[in-house]
Amino acid sequence: MTAVPALAVEDLSVEFRTRSGIVKVLDHVGFSVDKGETVALVGESGSGKSVTAFAVMGILDPAGKVTSGRALFGGADLLALSERDLAEQRGRELSMIFQNPRTALNPIRKVGQQIADVLVRHGGATRSDAPRAAVEMLKRVRIPDPERRVEAYPFELSGGMCQRIMIAIALACRPALLIADEPTTGLDVTTQAVIMDLIGELAHESGMATIFITHDLALAAEYCDRIVVMHAGHVVEAAPARELFAHPRHPYSAKLLAATPGETVSLAELASIPGGLPDLRRPDLPACRYSGRCERRIDDCTKPLPHRVVDERHVVSCWNPL
Amino acid sequence: MTALLDIAELAKRFDVGNKRLLHAVDEVTFTIGRGETVGLVGESGCGKSTLVRLINRLLDPTSGSIRLAGTELADMRARAFAGNPNRARIQMVFQDAGDSLNPRYTAADAIADPIRRLKKMSGAALKSRVEALADMTGLPRELLTRFPHQLSGGQKARVGIARAIAVEPELLILDEPTAALDVSVQVVILKLLQQLKHELGMSYLFVSHDLNVVRLLCDRVLVMYLGKIVESGPAAELFADPKHPYTRALISAIPQADPDKRVGRLRLGGEPRSPIDPDPTVCRFYGRCPRGEPRCSAEMPVLRTVAPARQAACHFA
Repeated sequence: MTAVPALAVEDLSVEFRTRSGIVKVLDHVGFSVDKGETVALVGESGSGKSVTAFAVMGILDPAGKVTSGRALFGGADLLALSERDLAEQRGRELSMIFQNPRTALNPIRKVGQQIADVLVRHGGATRSDAPRAAVEMLKRVRIPDPERRVEAYPFELSGGMCQRIMIAIALACRPALLIADEPTTGLDVTTQAVIMDLIGELAHESGMATIFITHDLALAAEYCDRIVVMHAGHVVEAAPARELFAHPRHPYSAKLLAATPGETVSLAELASIPGGLPDLRRPDLPACRYSGRCERRIDDCTKPLPHRVVDERHVVSCWNPL
Repeated sequence: MTALLDIAELAKRFDVGNKRLLHAVDEVTFTIGRGETVGLVGESGCGKSTLVRLINRLLDPTSGSIRLAGTELADMRARAFAGNPNRARIQMVFQDAGDSLNPRYTAADAIADPIRRLKKMSGAALKSRVEALADMTGLPRELLTRFPHQLSGGQKARVGIARAIAVEPELLILDEPTAALDVSVQVVILKLLQQLKHELGMSYLFVSHDLNVVRLLCDRVLVMYLGKIVESGPAAELFADPKHPYTRALISAIPQADPDKRVGRLRLGGEPRSPIDPDPTVCRFYGRCPRGEPRCSAEMPVLRTVAPARQAACHFA
């Protein structure tokens, strides 16, 4: 892979100022996504998956501040763009699907109008063409009876349908990069499978780069090319999905895999991960934020984290990897 | 027959106006044995929650019977049941411990409340009972004075379990007890539930979306679709060889990390049929079913025995 990646996040650090101190939420996070590639960001709650996405999209909470890093996208650094330039990119080139479609959609606007809004604002459609284009989008996300559904309000549609509307809005202008933040949490497994197939097909058709945020490792493995494992604001390992499952190198990745019910035949085989995330407000955070929970800790672990390359596509940040 | 819970032709229909009825739970029959863990799976809107609320006697059934160790519970109004001695025998662990705990109660208050009401215990006896329950569920005693917002997700889940087992129920209903938890915490809570079951000899009705968890925890599984049980059987057999096409679709939708183990994807098109005044002669799954033959729209399949200990409601099972 020598092609320029669609998105390259380098050295990204984010802090949140709170009443109880500064929380170092992201610490020198780096990863890239190629054109047409689907990359999963996985980790427990609090690992910084969503904050990474929000920082890239420029929609961080005002209390959050990017203290270092770049997010290179199409030759420009997204983190350095003005709000006006970024607003142009979002919706057209960058798109995001949020976790809960019911709260992300406007409850008092018909779904057809919400799709048309994006097409008019970013897709160069006119107000008169837009409704017809909205029906086309509903067809693309396979909503039955689209002519009737464009007239529906979000509350009249099921959770799976609302998520398809979100996908239709996100993909309306054929973005180069899609960030999907837990797009199937709260949906049934049958609906989840259909939605994930749909995102995969649309990404494949248009060569779109996709970042898929999830805590479900099995789901990430089934639908993504590569997996980036995050823990407490660090990227601890990045590898092709199949390889990560077969040979996890970071102790945390291995623990996460062992805790995921799937192949296991009995509850006794599932292992828990001792301890919790460290308090990210601590001024004396250890170099390796996993070291407090780690069974493979050695003396070197107090030194700054290494960036070990297993092979070109597989990197791990650990002094004593598996 | 030593069934602990015996549900027969239980139905709940909600009046949705204009003389139309929503069939949330439709003539459901099943049993749960003593010490057995039964899983209940199905999509949202299939009637799982209504069924659970009927069994837990938070809702009044339209018809049918709910017998707990031979005692009929369906005749009693839900309101009267709250003060009935049988109340202690069925308890529930709710879906999101964060939302189901009273935010103004400390962990100790939350656990003590059902004991105070149903076992009429107070003072030092109550305090030592609460501490014993904290120990049993692995909740550090020093956390008992904390409020829900001061506890982590896993700790709140422990409080939710402690208060449910506080009155020594025979049947514990678990409604997605780990849905809001990270996998690392989920494992710990599942193991705790398994251990408590052995120690206390309870039966579980385990409601979950996560089929991998159901497979690990349950002896037997009930699959529900639009108010009806469409398949039941021992967990291992049901997962290995599903008989109903809906069960097959559910299982093939489980994310599969290993590409070699992904077998023929079965994806359901369309949306479920309306549960309002459903046609009594049409299979509920007709329209989404990959098979869907003329007979399916002319005759509703009944739940019948298709193999030893296995039941399915499909003409072709």
